[in-house]
Amino acid sequence: MADAPAYEVDALIAEDIGAYLAQHQSKSLLRFITCGSVDDGKSTLIGRLLYDSKMIFEDQLAQLEADSKRVGTQGQEIDFALLVDGLAAEREQGITIDVAYRFFATEKRKFIVADTPGHEQYTRNMVTGASTADLAVILVDARKGVLVQTRRHSFIAHLLGIRHIVLAVNKMDLIGYDQAIFDQIVADYSSFSESIGIESFAAIPISGFKGDNITAAPSLATPWYGGPSLIAHLENVELGGDAAQSRPLRMPVQWVNRPNLDFRGFSGLIASGSVKPGDAVRIVPSGKTSTVKSIVTFGGDLDSAVAGQSVTLTLTDEIDCSRGDVIAAAGDPPEASDQFEATLVWMSDEALKPGRGYWLKLAAQTVTASVQEPKYEINVNTMARLAAKTLELNAIGVAEIQTDRPITFEAYENSRSLGGFILIDKITNATVAAGLLHFSLRRAQNVHWQATTITRADHAALKNQQPRVLWFTGLSGSGKSTIANAVEQRLNLMNRHTFLLDGDNVRHGLNKDLGFTEADRIENIRRVGEVARLMADAGLVVLTAFISPFRAERQMVREILPEGEFIEIFVDTPLSVAEARDVKGLYKKARAGELKNFTGIDSPYEPPENPDIRVNTVEMTVDEAADEIIRQIMPLK
Amino acid sequence: MRTLTHLERLEAESIHIMREVVREGVRPVMLYSVGKDSAVMLHLARKAFYPSPPPFPLLHVDTTWKFRAMYELRERAAREAGMDLLVWQNPEALERGINPFDHGALHTDMWKTEGLKQALNHYGFDVAFGGARRDEEKSRAKERVFSFRSASHGWDPKNQRPELWNLYNTRKAKGESIRAFPLSNWTELDIWQYIMAEGIEIVPLYLAQKRPTVERDGLLLMVDDDRFPLAAGELPVMRSIRFRTLGCYPLTGAVESEAATLEAVVQEMLLTTTSERQGRAIDKDEGGAGMEKKKAEGYF
Repeated sequence: MADAPAYEVDALIAEDIGAYLAQHQSKSLLRFITCGSVDDGKSTLIGRLLYDSKMIFEDQLAQLEADSKRVGTQGQEIDFALLVDGLAAEREQGITIDVAYRFFATEKRKFIVADTPGHEQYTRNMVTGASTADLAVILVDARKGVLVQTRRHSFIAHLLGIRHIVLAVNKMDLIGYDQAIFDQIVADYSSFSESIGIESFAAIPISGFKGDNITAAPSLATPWYGGPSLIAHLENVELGGDAAQSRPLRMPVQWVNRPNLDFRGFSGLIASGSVKPGDAVRIVPSGKTSTVKSIVTFGGDLDSAVAGQSVTLTLTDEIDCSRGDVIAAAGDPPEASDQFEATLVWMSDEALKPGRGYWLKLAAQTVTASVQEPKYEINVNTMARLAAKTLELNAIGVAEIQTDRPITFEAYENSRSLGGFILIDKITNATVAAGLLHFSLRRAQNVHWQATTITRADHAALKNQQPRVLWFTGLSGSGKSTIANAVEQRLNLMNRHTFLLDGDNVRHGLNKDLGFTEADRIENIRRVGEVARLMADAGLVVLTAFISPFRAERQMVREILPEGEFIEIFVDTPLSVAEARDVKGLYKKARAGELKNFTGIDSPYEPPENPDIRVNTVEMTVDEAADEIIRQIMPLK
Repeated sequence: MRTLTHLERLEAESIHIMREVVREGVRPVMLYSVGKDSAVMLHLARKAFYPSPPPFPLLHVDTTWKFRAMYELRERAAREAGMDLLVWQNPEALERGINPFDHGALHTDMWKTEGLKQALNHYGFDVAFGGARRDEEKSRAKERVFSFRSASHGWDPKNQRPELWNLYNTRKAKGESIRAFPLSNWTELDIWQYIMAEGIEIVPLYLAQKRPTVERDGLLLMVDDDRFPLAAGELPVMRSIRFRTLGCYPLTGAVESEAATLEAVVQEMLLTTTSERQGRAIDKDEGGAGMEKKKAEGYF
């Protein structure tokens, strides 16, 4: 057991609770992550921290003692790991598979520990835990020294912007507290950490099991150690929030507070800097400037507010400002751009699809973004850069990202709030990646939208119609082109201005550089979608006949058009029927293996779940299908 | 340079979470259990949206077996916050007279688990705020701030979305719903500290007072009304007690205590040696995995 008592707070609590509470009230908060695998004694260390700081109650301890004897790995001794491995599956398998958050406090600080698993297949969990941490405790088994996993953990911690690294050389009791071994591990780690850009770290010899140098240092067993105990170190490192205060003001607007016509406030969490009434601010991206009138809170107006506080600001001018905008220091605003280089950590079982539209959420901004083929993937064990066409689960890579409109950002190394983002799959809604923006590839400011005098409404009014994009989707041979053609004929007779974009025809020109791989199919549809949008802007009723096999891309086109203008028409023909028709002889070739990536044969088709219109070509003739579509889209005014 | 205290940082985080919900949820609601965590959550909601009232109603999933003092505070707290209060009692449980004395685990299942699902479905709420904290129980430690529920309100702990920085992915399919936990990173001590610092009104049952009690299966229960079945000749004993958590009065164990002020309660809490949920019967089912199993079934 520890050779020094944990924290001498009990006496104060008993004698003067008022003084204790005053002290607790002024505690600061440090969030840290522990990295290491089960074998490194990570859970044991956390269990020890909770135990020593009296966060384990008698009933929990009783259960722990019983569990230790039943399933523990420490013989008759207490197995602290059982205390922190929360989920039933984990207890059974004896591994930590998720991120768990633990809480303890000392006299100076409250701590939130993100406890994450160490194996490579849980890289995403570690990234999640590291994203909110100011400090990382990298555990090393003194018997094994710096291992591949030590390098991986250090790399990820550094990547996620953790400035304070603690190398905790654990299980010192098992090597007889040998200083020479400790020194060698520190030397090994030092040369590695320098090579990946870690500026400094603190090395502490500990035993999570026995308690050495956890709460007091040096322990009797390590008289040669001259540094602080782990707890003392955690109590004294600089906090990330303090560093953020010295940067210029940034407040992403979350919510516009309008209780009545006389009050208009902008609510958000201050990401960096400080603010006080009278400060000149600039709204980004609009660039409009104003002055802070007041900082409104439930408890009364404030004289100033700093990074880390959630506030509501009012301005002296009635200017346009909404969710996603950033209120910034007038003289030093952040940039906006729509092309970036970023590091991505892939978090989904479904690999990155270059070119596909994902939701990108950064601060309070949500936009559509597409990722180019990665420049390289990073081997997290060797730091080597590898060529990659995609990113699989747990892969970390660097790629270019494009957004459909400019977003306000800062480099991740300067601001986690304005440089960290997530990508969300538009169909499954899963969070598929975490991203760190590094820099803008071109200043989007240089490519302005040119405002035109004649608007899309003017174009449409002149043609006396509402623009529409009638998007036919279905298998090859389902009858898309034939039905679209029949619909266009009918519209033409009704004096509608139309244009039919046909899959085969477009591939002879605009898209002749594209093949039939998944990435090319996505790009094919993206381009057709953009062309359809331009034509709709010109006031036309556009008909498109493309297989367009993926829901995500059809959704992408729907989103770039004004609401209601995209009409998804599912030409519903079973594969067997389409194959039997085989108008172009393509199915025969595909079945013979002469045609690769053929939809329905060796490439998937994702049918619409809720198409605006569905026509069944087995039950309906071409004319019936065309009439039905006309009936549903009219009057088009 | 001003270093924020841990309470300031917790408050800022909770407010940020609430504002995200309101901006990204379609029909949010705040589950209000009238306990101390609910009181803090409600107070934070008032702060988050001031000078507007919180733009969502309060929902109390009632079992008809809460302490009388809780019903009294419930109405007043909603009124003072300027919020609508919705009360839901599972009509089937009501009809069948489900109660904690005769029906055991079925009581919690029908009134609370089923009642909550019914209420969310009935009103069509897609996001529900809950006051759960990660320090309460082991499986809670791994739950996200935004926790997704299937259309049947089930929780799948193996399929949780990663939550990075303070970015919350609130997108969901039709029929799915979200439980949002703005107090995730608060501890019991933080809650008490904040109640004191902000002067938040809580149910007086948290403070010690002489109350009529009987002992049942090792729990000290308060006889809050005449529905409590007493054995022949049994008389409630007046004891100075308080409660560390509040639920249905026949299921909530009291502790003997003289702590009649908040300071004294905190003092006792810090010196005590048993955990907060220890007074609750439901966690002990199914070995250590009782709560995890209940949550998978849709318990909050």
